Amino acid sequence: MKIAESWLREWVDPDLTTEELGHQLTMLGHEVDEIAAEGEGIAEVVVAEVLECGKHPDADKLSVCKVSDGGGELIDIVCGAPNARVGLKTPLAKPGVTLPNGMKLRKAKIRGVVSNGMLCSAVELGLGDESDGILELPCDAQPGQPLVELLGLPDAVIDVDLTPNRGDCFSILGIARDLAALTGTVLKDEDVAPVIADIDDTHPVELVEPAGCPRFAGRLVRGIDPAARSPLWLAERLRRAGLRSISPVVDVTNYVMLELGQPLHAYDAALLNGPIRPRLAKKGEQVTLLDEKVVELSEDTLVITDDSGPIGMAGIMGGLSTAVGDTTTDVFFEAAFWPQDFMAGRARQYGMHTDASLRFERGVDPQGQGRAVERATELLLQIAGGQAGPLVDDTVAEHLPRRADIVLRKQRVTHLLGLEIDDEEVRRILESLQMRVEHNTGGWTVAAPSHRFDIKYEVDLIEEIARIHGYDSIPETTLASAAPLEAVTESRIEMERAAATLIARDYQEVVTYSFIDPDANRKFTGHDSELVLSNPIAEGLSVMRGSLWPGLVAAAAANAARQQERVRVFEASRSYHGTLGEHTEVVRLAGLATGPIAPEQWGARAQSVDLFDIKADVEAVLALACGTAGLNFAAVEHPALQPGQAAEILRGDTLIGVIGKLHPKLAREYDLKRPTYLFELDAEKALASKVPAASEVSKFPVIRRDIAVVVDAGVSAHELVAAVAASAPDLIRDVRLFDIYTGEGIEAGRKSVAIGLILQETSRTLTDEDADSAMAAAVAKLEHKFAAYLRD
Amino acid sequence: MTSLSDLVDKAASEIDAADDLAALDAVRVAYLGKKGEITARLKTLGTLPAEERSAAGQEINQAKQAVQQGLNVRREALEAAALEAKLAADAVDVTLPGRGVSIGGYHPVTRAMLRIEKIFRNVGFGIRSGPEIEDDFHNFTALNIPENHPARAMHDTFYFPGGTLLRTHTSPVQIRSMVAEGAPIRIIAPGRVYRCDSDQTHTPMFHQVEGLVVDEHVSFAHLKAVLHQFVEAFFERKAELRFRPSYFPFTEPSAEVDVSWGEGKWLEILGCGMVHPNVLEAAGVDAEKYTGYAFGMGVERLAMLRYGVTDLRTFFENDLRFLQQFR
Repeated sequence: MKIAESWLREWVDPDLTTEELGHQLTMLGHEVDEIAAEGEGIAEVVVAEVLECGKHPDADKLSVCKVSDGGGELIDIVCGAPNARVGLKTPLAKPGVTLPNGMKLRKAKIRGVVSNGMLCSAVELGLGDESDGILELPCDAQPGQPLVELLGLPDAVIDVDLTPNRGDCFSILGIARDLAALTGTVLKDEDVAPVIADIDDTHPVELVEPAGCPRFAGRLVRGIDPAARSPLWLAERLRRAGLRSISPVVDVTNYVMLELGQPLHAYDAALLNGPIRPRLAKKGEQVTLLDEKVVELSEDTLVITDDSGPIGMAGIMGGLSTAVGDTTTDVFFEAAFWPQDFMAGRARQYGMHTDASLRFERGVDPQGQGRAVERATELLLQIAGGQAGPLVDDTVAEHLPRRADIVLRKQRVTHLLGLEIDDEEVRRILESLQMRVEHNTGGWTVAAPSHRFDIKYEVDLIEEIARIHGYDSIPETTLASAAPLEAVTESRIEMERAAATLIARDYQEVVTYSFIDPDANRKFTGHDSELVLSNPIAEGLSVMRGSLWPGLVAAAAANAARQQERVRVFEASRSYHGTLGEHTEVVRLAGLATGPIAPEQWGARAQSVDLFDIKADVEAVLALACGTAGLNFAAVEHPALQPGQAAEILRGDTLIGVIGKLHPKLAREYDLKRPTYLFELDAEKALASKVPAASEVSKFPVIRRDIAVVVDAGVSAHELVAAVAASAPDLIRDVRLFDIYTGEGIEAGRKSVAIGLILQETSRTLTDEDADSAMAAAVAKLEHKFAAYLRD
Repeated sequence: MTSLSDLVDKAASEIDAADDLAALDAVRVAYLGKKGEITARLKTLGTLPAEERSAAGQEINQAKQAVQQGLNVRREALEAAALEAKLAADAVDVTLPGRGVSIGGYHPVTRAMLRIEKIFRNVGFGIRSGPEIEDDFHNFTALNIPENHPARAMHDTFYFPGGTLLRTHTSPVQIRSMVAEGAPIRIIAPGRVYRCDSDQTHTPMFHQVEGLVVDEHVSFAHLKAVLHQFVEAFFERKAELRFRPSYFPFTEPSAEVDVSWGEGKWLEILGCGMVHPNVLEAAGVDAEKYTGYAFGMGVERLAMLRYGVTDLRTFFENDLRFLQQFR
């Protein structure tokens, strides 16, 4: 909300500079976003009166004027504004003056006619974003008078970021109240003197839905001058608050809303058909709003109706059919209290957001309706004349919000803030906020004023005390917590350590979005995600990912496009599965490698990464948890991976991840030119570990025996090693597959595999006979299981 | 016949002339080998009269020793020279780069997050997590943000059909943890959060760390202390903090915290407050017996300040040239 400092100071005028004022507002909880200076750099601009105005001899759109700046001589000015005319009072910038837009004025000849300065528009003076001619000043402005004096400039516009709990602060009055409480400065009297009715006319109002409209104040004003224009001071105040001047009636309603926080509406009384009845909309009803939009109303929405049907959406926007216009002479003001329960979220439901809805949603003072109508009437009569009828102020008291008594315990204040505040200070603060305070044993009984919708509980009062007393005054105290220290588990390897292992192997962590493109998700997981956002930022970010791979591949592609030929990235985050209501979130550790194994190097041959490079990386991570024993990489088909280069990773029977080569089809789609390898682990399963249990290390020497067997090419290394290990488990400590050979000497469809047996006992030195028997057992097992034969 | 001393001199000069180990060995063989000249002299001892043998034997042995010594010295010299030559041949350009892979690094957001976790762990905070696909109850209602509350409008929530949503903050973990563990409790909850907003200063996904301490005598003074200590620990410098009244439905009193950033400048870094009694009650904690504080900080914000990153969006572009600065 934009607040003109001059307007605020009319209500409360603490002894503070503009900057200090802004700081105090911030420290009150009304964060100041910006303080903009208004009317700077126009100190030398003065009021001038146009005394003669004729056509320029050589230009249709220019006038040649003689103006008076109060001095002796008349000044010749050539002016292009359509509204230049005799008798007009308008700002004059004389030669030598520099305007805020940088224009420096000089004596000049315009199409052969001398011009000694310029008559200025609002835009040229930095006093607005639009203007349709030179600024028209009030008739009583004195030629020669500095413009800044006339307009009450310079001024500052303070832009305050109000929190949604403080509906009461959406006005000059509201901010002034808080500032008065903080600074102990006197607040201007909130009461408005009633306008004495000139006529008895009024317009009937029927509160048929008192829960939705428990209070409605109104007044008929007849015979206003439709040609009247809002005075400059009023237009200026509206402008500084960010509103445009439209017509006296509309300007007055806006002005009172800005000043007192009560939104008002004005009807053209001649267009009303029968009594005004606020009620809930009926199914299928429509209303055409002021902005000419037709809205289909739902039954939870309060509308204002007359005999013709809905004529406005309560607290949001008025209707077109009864709107005031250029010919309106009779006006009916409405200032109603629409309860939050009926207003919260309503405008948003229709995609709307108005100054009125903003205030009603956050709570408008239920005691402020009459006052607002009085103030609006007073202003309208001043500006446009007319005769006021009596004030209508219908109230159904039992439906107005009540401010219950709240018990405030002194001990609770001390306890919650960690600071003991003097009883008198507590009382002073609460009373300065217009609360009713009574002493009781152990504390106070407090009732909040009608404009405060945010004070319901004891803590709300404690916050008010802290806020006015100052958060700065609360000390810092270190807490000795009773919460016990937590056990540090060894049943799971911390992600930080797993990530550090990948980092040590030259992987860079990336962070990619959790929501991805539905097509990408399908291509990488083989099915459509059931977790689809209703309101995504973009179609490409609309489904929850079932895999981290699409993000990694996209990141790799983006880097490859930036001439990074070697990319090794990983991400540790979640993927999302299942259906709404029964979804699961799985923490994954996924990686990607493409390009050379190592950075280009003088002493190593450049070699592209292959499956066994990233397999080693994965094994290094998995080795953190329980070692690599019991791991099995089983060939698998996967929608994103190249057939024959894809494996499931199992520990025992548990599937813990997938590894493989990105399918060339997908690689092409992402424009990844080099073979790309991927892995993805389910962190909870893959990093499940156990406390290591130490066993004795053998003191006896190791014997190694190597065998070479020929088996079918389809027999996997894993099967061979497992079979050998199981053939003489007491003697074989380790089995190493150290060579694979196909080609000359081996028939097609078979391969020769060289296996080293590492033999050791913990209780004795092995003999040659032991070694021979272990080898024989291994060979026998391989012969039996795989029809293997020893190679000579 | 050459005199023994001449023989020794001759051997000595031949030893000196031998310029490799093979040549030297030839000299050894020529004098001390089975058929060597000095060995031959020893063999002649038997022909001498018995009374001369002892003296002559001694003389020959001395000569033999002298030659042997000469050989030894020369061998050592030649060996040392050979080693030196071999080592010289083995010398490499030590300025050539090392071989093999380099090292990767954490993403700067993770790096900042791990620091935050470490700081709070050090004083005994536990770490908790919760689902990112959340329900309305945990994200809003239990946090004292009923339906149609204006604060909901500030959250720019991503929804799924039927009202399930992506959590807009890590605060739902407060509720889940209190329900699961009760009080007293002392935790932080780091994680991803989502808001339907994307421009220069907003990304639709970002990271927060939530903090929650509930105990029998927790006060705003404790909150001020922990956050002040945290900020100084995170930035590794003395820092001034400014607590400004603000509004979060789930805390009362609420504050936004600014940190002094030189030249009288204040930068907003986090939001906090005393846990609202309604929130404690919603999580089944006795709000009369227990009080608590909570805070929430944006990890990207802290990482930007710590590492001098000026554009939030670079965190999610995953340009390796950017990321590798943080390893």
